[in-house]
Amino acid sequence: MFNEPHPDEVRIITKRFGLPNSASIDTYLAHEGYVAFMKAAEMTPEAIIEELKVSSLRGRGGAGFPTGLKWSFIPRDNPKPKYVVVNADESEPGTCKDRLLIENDPHQLIEGCLIAARTIGCKLGYIYIRGEYRYLIDIMDKALAEAYAHGYLGKNIKGTGIDFDLYTHSGAGAYECGEESALLESLEGKRGVPRIRPPFPAVSGLYASPTVLNNVETFCSVPAILRMGGQAYADLGTPKNGGTRMLCVSGHVNRPGVYEIPLGFSMQKMIYDVCGGIRGGKKLKAVIPGGSSSPVLKADECDFPMDYDNYARMKTMAGSGGMMVMDEDTDIVKVALRTMRFYAHESCGWCIPCREGTTWLRKILTRMDEGTGRRADIDLIHELAKNMLGRTFCPLGDAAAMPTIGFVEKFREEFEARLRETVVPVTSPDQLIAIG
Amino acid sequence: MSTSTAAPPTVVNFTVDGRQLSAPPGTLLIDACKRAGIEIPAFCYYEGYSLQAACRMCLVEVEKMPKLQTACTLPVMEGMIVRSETEQIHKARKGTLEFLLTNHPLDCPVCDKGGECELQDMVFRYGAGESRFTEIKNHEPERQWSPVVFYDPARCILCYRCVRACNEGMGVGALGVTNRGVVSEIAPNMVDHLDCDECGACIDICPVGALTSNTYRYKTRPWEMQHVGTVCTHCSNGCKTTLGVRNDEIVRGNNRDRSGINGEFLCVKGRYGFDVSTNEERVTSPMIRINGKLEAVSWSKALGFVAEKFRSVSTAGGSFGVVAGPHLTNEELFYLQKFTRAGLKTSNLDHARSGDLVTLLDALSGKTDALATSDDCYNTKAALVIGSDLSQQHPFLAFQLRADVRHHKANIYTVTPGPVREAKYSAQSIEVPVGGEFDALRNLTETLKGEQELVILFGDSIKGQRVRDLVEWASGLGIPVKYVCLVDYSNSRGAMDMGVMPNLLPGYEVDPHPGMSLGQMLSHETLDVLWVVGANPLRGKTLASKQAFVVTQTMFLEETSERADVVFPSASAYEKNGTVTNVTGQVQRLKAAVRTMGAKTDLEICGLLAKELGLAVEIGVWSHDVVFKEIHKSVRGYNVPLPILITGGAAATNPVNGRVAVDVRIEDIQSAGDTLFTSGELGRYSKLLTSVPEFPGALYKR
Ligand SMILES: Cc1cc2nc3c(=O)[nH]c(=O)nc-3n(C[C@H](O)[C@H](O)[C@H](O)COP(=O)(O)O)c2cc1C
Ligand code: SF4
Ligand code: SF4
Ligand code: SF4
Ligand code: FES
Repeated sequence: MFNEPHPDEVRIITKRFGLPNSASIDTYLAHEGYVAFMKAAEMTPEAIIEELKVSSLRGRGGAGFPTGLKWSFIPRDNPKPKYVVVNADESEPGTCKDRLLIENDPHQLIEGCLIAARTIGCKLGYIYIRGEYRYLIDIMDKALAEAYAHGYLGKNIKGTGIDFDLYTHSGAGAYECGEESALLESLEGKRGVPRIRPPFPAVSGLYASPTVLNNVETFCSVPAILRMGGQAYADLGTPKNGGTRMLCVSGHVNRPGVYEIPLGFSMQKMIYDVCGGIRGGKKLKAVIPGGSSSPVLKADECDFPMDYDNYARMKTMAGSGGMMVMDEDTDIVKVALRTMRFYAHESCGWCIPCREGTTWLRKILTRMDEGTGRRADIDLIHELAKNMLGRTFCPLGDAAAMPTIGFVEKFREEFEARLRETVVPVTSPDQLIAIG
Repeated sequence: MSTSTAAPPTVVNFTVDGRQLSAPPGTLLIDACKRAGIEIPAFCYYEGYSLQAACRMCLVEVEKMPKLQTACTLPVMEGMIVRSETEQIHKARKGTLEFLLTNHPLDCPVCDKGGECELQDMVFRYGAGESRFTEIKNHEPERQWSPVVFYDPARCILCYRCVRACNEGMGVGALGVTNRGVVSEIAPNMVDHLDCDECGACIDICPVGALTSNTYRYKTRPWEMQHVGTVCTHCSNGCKTTLGVRNDEIVRGNNRDRSGINGEFLCVKGRYGFDVSTNEERVTSPMIRINGKLEAVSWSKALGFVAEKFRSVSTAGGSFGVVAGPHLTNEELFYLQKFTRAGLKTSNLDHARSGDLVTLLDALSGKTDALATSDDCYNTKAALVIGSDLSQQHPFLAFQLRADVRHHKANIYTVTPGPVREAKYSAQSIEVPVGGEFDALRNLTETLKGEQELVILFGDSIKGQRVRDLVEWASGLGIPVKYVCLVDYSNSRGAMDMGVMPNLLPGYEVDPHPGMSLGQMLSHETLDVLWVVGANPLRGKTLASKQAFVVTQTMFLEETSERADVVFPSASAYEKNGTVTNVTGQVQRLKAAVRTMGAKTDLEICGLLAKELGLAVEIGVWSHDVVFKEIHKSVRGYNVPLPILITGGAAATNPVNGRVAVDVRIEDIQSAGDTLFTSGELGRYSKLLTSVPEFPGALYKR
């Protein structure tokens, strides 16, 4: 399942997509499969990390942390076992790339894990797959079995002396379990709530042992970096923003889909060339650039080279690459409500501001949408979101607050317009209380 | 100066609100502030338990850190500059409280916690009293989880204190969290009810009124009670408890002020086992057996009747046997032994003995500092438990060991006949059949030699020669060793110290004219008088002497009363003043909390009898403080600092250090083997304890 490729794409990690039987190990081996791992087996861990640093690969899971640096934090003299954990919990609204990587090229992910294992001296890894991605677990398990059968997993892999076992583990339907420390709790069989950090997973992760935890796409990018060399990879993107990344474009464009583009690619070109412009010839109203957690951009802010630093300059985030394009007919109040419904539903409930704040905001936005909002509610929404921002235990609270603040600040007039519609028949006690 | 050998710094200097402070490295900012008198608000943080960072109330500003920081997780660092009371912080705290109150019911007027609720206090302090929340609150009905515990999800602020108190503090882990987001709630281990120790620690630690206890709920408001600091009357561990009393009724027990050796710890008996005193089966009038039936009579008649009998047996040179209970106060025990020896001129005096401290003292003769206190159980680097299910029989000592493991990474070893909770966190646990404990110790010899110190806690399977063997074996370990000889009840230790034994006088001085032990008295076929004070020796046993005149001072008509000729109604330990000495030799003050019509303290009953017999002058005034003065002056080891006692503290008694050369009849030493939910005779009459349906220990028995 893959949309039509576009000539502007630079297909590094999706290059095998579309080949017949692309998920099989035979196809993989026929197209440079496991070459990077054999190379890594000859390299020192320091050399691998150096190559990653040169590549300026940054985490594709959301935070964009430099991957080479992260791997270098693993204390290799620590006597505890070390772990590799793949974050395949992909739950950020608007994001659908990790599933394609697993579906179309699972061996690329296995190879990425093998290289990580080689780098940090680890014998055991887990792929934590979002529970709703049931079918991916089957695909992944099949690939793992093939890798074992071909000697790319297990003991003394291909005579390198490296031992590595890799397993899949199913999530159970919580967005929060994509947050790295909650994921580790869940993987340990506990309730999926985040941990206090520091210590970070690199020092104390799975079973309180040093752990490399990365997004699927991050791991998938590693074999290519070792094959082509860090510098060549880095050169694909912009300074400090190396390589390519997968952008999942959804919403009111003519050709929605997942595209692999180099970092620094223009957002204008993305919307109007690659994705064929706005559906029905409508005007662009707004873009949520990096998954529902990233603050919205107004139409006139949507022309910049998409790399981590430029997203930040626009006061938003590259996030998980889930880009949602909205045309002029889009109802921003509804978007805000839909977003908050998601966060209120997914808040793990551990800390007060997020647990109570998301639900309160959901209730106000519901009223707003139903036409029983009060003028004071607009400022209240803004202020409550600010009261959450920076005060919650994990970034989910921020992820709920930031877009909400953005919606109110950038589209205040839409909220005000909803007040004027009014005179809605009272149908629920919620409304009665609000009016009274 | 060499930099490579520089020792790590022993203090860290930092600034809070412009004040220069210092603290040892690793100290959490919230603790360091507290010690300096700067209070940082907190719901989820609780000293001694794991960190949660969940409530977000403790946020402070730290220079060079972009976001507000949680003081409860941040260790102090050199040069750190902290502000704890800025406008930004006030706003954050107020905002968090406003969030919290959105779904919190405003039922303070009927809530048990009103007046001592941390949420109320916080709202008062940060002025979040006015709410902008106009939506409908989430609501869930209240639930009863056990005979003791009720949970009201709507009031719960999800601070997870209860979860940790149960899991980390008690080692039970019966509470967890269920659901997620705004509908998260605390859940019990059996889905709809609790199977646990019923200790109520969760209720006690709850900052709001989400967890309430069956004994206390809707009965009173905190400010309507008198608070009486006394000692738990059940097991030998001697926990301090503050009884909440309203209208001459005890409505709760806790130790929130942490004023005792036990901090906040109490087990189910200490917290709820006070209902024995209001059991309607209490004897409230003296009784004399007339035509085979016990009939209520006046005090003067009963006292006169007994005095008459005692006098005639005495004149005829007949035999007396006196049995005291291990719940009596030191004063009562001391007075009684004096009465027996000086008044009745006999040493046929004993109590139900549950541990062989006597042999231990003899075996330790010449060794100083060899008896462990309850503090030692918390501070020792290693402990060895022999032949006792500590969590069941000595709940507080077990709590100390658990805390020692959590806070000091202590190594615990157990050698027991069955599975014990300690095995969950012990370094090594050995199970052996009863009696095999001592031989099994040899498996630990080499391991224990590697420890730096050891506290040995042993039960009644180690007695007589075995005690000497144990001390010899332990001396061979080559490390400092301290001992706890485990005994059963609240003043089992005091009964020995006060010389309520046939061959030892107070302070373990050898009695030159030894008398009969309890076992010997019961099997003596021509015993003339059996005088029982606060005990039930005839439970499951018969009195061989058919002719014996039996007098008993008791709270209930139990087995001994069935054989008694005269019954005196005695006061419970909740109704008397005096002192008791716990298993680790710490003496504490017992304070009367309530009165029960008709009953008198055993001290008073003994005193009135002495008066009736014309012995009052010889034995002395039967007032507890006068008797205590005598104990303080004359009993070896009891010369303790009085201010400690007077202020409700625990003073370590210093028993003999020298030979205690007497024969110990080991067949007389037998622990009653109580569990968390039994307490000898007392427990039978606690409705609450008998209502707890769980099997004691089922939580960890396989
Ligand atoms: C609420 C929340 C949800 C997240 N969900 C995901 C996810 O589904 N997949 C993912 O890779 N990272 C997710 N993250 C980011 C991870 O915490 C983590 O930063 C990331 O997996 C690290 O990998 P990377 O360095 O390769 O990006 C989430 C973070 C938060 C706060
Ligand atoms: S911000 Fe708090 S409640 Fe929300 S998901 Fe994170 S820890 Fe849970
Ligand atoms: S029941 Fe009480 S102690 Fe437990 S989480 Fe709720 S508020 Fe905290
Ligand atoms: S441990 Fe013993 S002294 Fe402490 S509360 Fe329980 S029964 Fe009372
Ligand atoms: S006390 Fe620090 S977060 Fe609760």
